[in-house]
Amino acid sequence: MTVLNLCKSYGEKAVLNNFSAHFDAGEISALMGPSGCGKTTLFRILLGIEKADAGEIRHDGAKTVAVFQEDRLSEPLSAIKNVCLGRRDATPDEAKALLSALGLAEDAEKSVKELSGGMRRRVSIARALIADADTVLLDEPFSALDEDTKASVMRFTRKALEGKTVVLITHDIEEARAFAKNRVYPFLSHQG
Amino acid sequence: MRALLRKSSVQKTLAVLIALLVWQIGAMILNEELILPTPVRVLVRLFTVWQLEGVFTAIWYSLLRIALGFFLALLLGTVLAVIAGRFPFVETLLFPYMAVVKAVPVVSFIVLAYVWMSSRTIAVFISFLIVLPTVYTGLLSGIKARDAKLEEMADVFGVSAKDRFLYLRLPNLAPYITSAVSLGAGLAWKSGVAAEIIAVTSKSIGGMLYSASLEMRNVDLFAMTALLVLLSILFEKLLVLLLKLVFRRLWHK
Repeated sequence: MTVLNLCKSYGEKAVLNNFSAHFDAGEISALMGPSGCGKTTLFRILLGIEKADAGEIRHDGAKTVAVFQEDRLSEPLSAIKNVCLGRRDATPDEAKALLSALGLAEDAEKSVKELSGGMRRRVSIARALIADADTVLLDEPFSALDEDTKASVMRFTRKALEGKTVVLITHDIEEARAFAKNRVYPFLSHQG
Repeated sequence: MRALLRKSSVQKTLAVLIALLVWQIGAMILNEELILPTPVRVLVRLFTVWQLEGVFTAIWYSLLRIALGFFLALLLGTVLAVIAGRFPFVETLLFPYMAVVKAVPVVSFIVLAYVWMSSRTIAVFISFLIVLPTVYTGLLSGIKARDAKLEEMADVFGVSAKDRFLYLRLPNLAPYITSAVSLGAGLAWKSGVAAEIIAVTSKSIGGMLYSASLEMRNVDLFAMTALLVLLSILFEKLLVLLLKLVFRRLWHK
């Protein structure tokens, strides 16, 4: 996936200014940058939710899914049902297996409104993992997790996403290194 | 004891008991049953009101008329809200009608309807007319309050139209539907019975209330009114319970 000279402004404020990057297909990469530098805007453009003012994205047109910065879960539904929204033909058994692997075996049947912030985060990660996607974008996916849970969730997520094109967007250098190993890139955009 | 008094349900029950006590004292001071019977007397009459001739038939037909008006309004209000949510010009187009129905006193509509239709259909029409804007406005607010972030998620994951409606939009809309149904049910009874009274509809609670008032049977009038309130509350609570069950079944099956 190649991004060339992306530009995006909100009114007078330029958020992305000639941003370019290349992410190897089938590899896990991380894009590092401080809060407010335009990472989420880039994430939204890559997902097709927002349009860039200028620039180009070269992508093979494969399906892209995401773990958003917010959980974006359906409150009355169980964790299993929320995960099943990730793919049309996903079965509750598949969802439960993923949730169990992420440490939510006991809570899989519960409505997500009963779950803590960290648990909800893991449900939204499971939803992205169940999707039949070639590219997965992760916007600060591990931020709500405590240190012990974070390590195991990162390990499992990394393994589950092997072979897919993955871009982790984060401000946490430790997280970026642990997840993307040597494919950590700084977010370089000339702010206007 | 203090913990018990802090409970909202206990406080409300106490408030009702105090209101009944005030009523009892007021009635005892007036000492004129024709003006204000005591709550005890009304309560006793409520348990024997079934003995009045035709009371069951009246309840049945009033319920049918009011429920018919209510459900027609629910149906049309939902359809109009969905269309107006999709096409903003429809909301603008409907604005004057809804504003007029909300602003004009219900009695004016009843009097007009009296000219247009038979006394048996007036209650259906008036319940329908009064409930329609409540349902329409409530549901339209819910549709407009759609969660844009969930919609984006659904786009990204390619959630099917059915799942999108059932699991993402309906949960957002559910409180608006419940509120519209709850408000509308009360309004349907109030306006429907008012229409029956003014139109002197035969075989109706309104008709019986009118007769009681004409014959100065004040205790009957109060007892029938209490019965009406109970029916209205029961109707509303049943509908809300039914909605909750439907939603629970949809989301937890």
